[in-house]
Amino acid sequence: MALWIVLIVVAAIAGWVIVKYNSLVTLRNQVQNGWKQIDVQLKRRHDLIPNLVNTVKGYMEFEQDTLRQVVEARNAAVNAKGVADAASKEGELTAVLSRLFALVENYPQLKANQNVLQLQEELTSTENKISFARQFYNDIATSFNIAQQVFPGNIIANLLRFTLAELFEVTDAAERAVPTVDLSLKK
Amino acid sequence: MATQNFPNIYEQQNANRRKTILIMVGFVLFFGFLGFGFDLFYLGNDPFGVVAESTPMIPVGTILALLIGGGMALWGLQGGAQAVLRSAGAVPVSSTDAEHRVLSNVVDEMVIASGLPRPQVYVIPDPDPNAFATGKDPHHSHIAVTKGLLEKLNREELQGVIAHEIAHIRNYDIRLMTVIAALIGAALLLSDWAARSMRYGIGGGRRSRGSSRSKGGGGGGLALILLALWILAIILAPFITRLLSMAVSRQREYLADATAAELTRNPLGLANALQKIESASAPTQSIKKSAAHLCIVDPLGRKVNFKEGALADLFATHPPIAKRIMLLNAMAYQRES
Repeated sequence: MALWIVLIVVAAIAGWVIVKYNSLVTLRNQVQNGWKQIDVQLKRRHDLIPNLVNTVKGYMEFEQDTLRQVVEARNAAVNAKGVADAASKEGELTAVLSRLFALVENYPQLKANQNVLQLQEELTSTENKISFARQFYNDIATSFNIAQQVFPGNIIANLLRFTLAELFEVTDAAERAVPTVDLSLKK
Repeated sequence: MATQNFPNIYEQQNANRRKTILIMVGFVLFFGFLGFGFDLFYLGNDPFGVVAESTPMIPVGTILALLIGGGMALWGLQGGAQAVLRSAGAVPVSSTDAEHRVLSNVVDEMVIASGLPRPQVYVIPDPDPNAFATGKDPHHSHIAVTKGLLEKLNREELQGVIAHEIAHIRNYDIRLMTVIAALIGAALLLSDWAARSMRYGIGGGRRSRGSSRSKGGGGGGLALILLALWILAIILAPFITRLLSMAVSRQREYLADATAAELTRNPLGLANALQKIESASAPTQSIKKSAAHLCIVDPLGRKVNFKEGALADLFATHPPIAKRIMLLNAMAYQRES
């Protein structure tokens, strides 16, 4: 009889561990998938920027400084390591880009240039996509982290070496520097 | 506060599935009733012995009508979306046109925000701003906007409108509304046909009814009542389906507005879009009556949609725009504070 009780308790604990482990793995995959969604859009943005710089370079002779900053911020963002680093580098890139777009307003030829308009539209859309994907990623990463931190899930998470997911947060400094280009970025 | 009275998204989805089935079953039964009347009054057989205890016969009319009704309901579910798009003259969005690119991009953004599969996007060459979504489920969904909408709205407002349509897709509103659109068309056809055939048919009907009476006797009163009901059903069919489409479409407009605000985090975009669409409220020529309830605002420009009250509650396909804008503005205000 006692043996049976012990067996049942052991089986129950083992079953609970399996369920918990599986749910953590599912969440981890969702977090990775969410990050990929952001990553695709970030890559697209990095690919669009050289095109934009090349198109406007000829017209904006007196803004070489801003253009250089855009290229530098872009290169820094490409080489970012990890979620938090990427978030802050991308924030800086957003800031210098919007400065560039503000300057474009001063050049009537550029404002009428179909190429520039199209690149501007693509970048705006990409930025919106990043912010919507960020929303999704942060939501899922938060529930992944909570699942690892609450008792008794934290025992399993520790034993099986799960690590917390980093949130994609726009740093305060970058956020403040952004003039309101798109209201949908507002949270 | 403003969203408190609305059912949540899952309740809404389930309610929509139930209603779709209910409406389709009701429609098939209605067809069966029409066919039964045809059997009774035109062919003179009374298969179920309602009027008189008669010899069992094959109820040709009833079976035929049930088959046609069932076929139409299924067709509405499967091909209704294509029919609606075709009748509006919608063309697939092109990748070269600048305006179309913006539209594609905005749809992509909302797809990411909502986590739904990407709907197919169409443009209707019509100068009046309007938009609708149609389809069977989120995996087979279509969004169509008019050219006028692309011209009159800015990016943010367009985003609000697309989010509203995506909300209809997510809530399974599109399935219900598309089935109803197809059924309205069918009911219109049917009553047209019945009215025409009645002109020739009544004489023959009398004769056959006479023969059934002579067999059983005593069933004449019931037969007359049935005949009256049958004729009434044929006359009222288009009216009833129209009422149905109105009743089911209004409530879900509020919910779709609320979902749109949640997706874009920018209720003012949609509020401004509605304002612009309302001020340009000329009839949208290319959208037919049977698809009116699919649109973001009533394409027929009927005055009844701008009012509140009992009459408006009965006849309008859309809630008053002023009230929708007010609710969206309230959401924006809560966000600020």
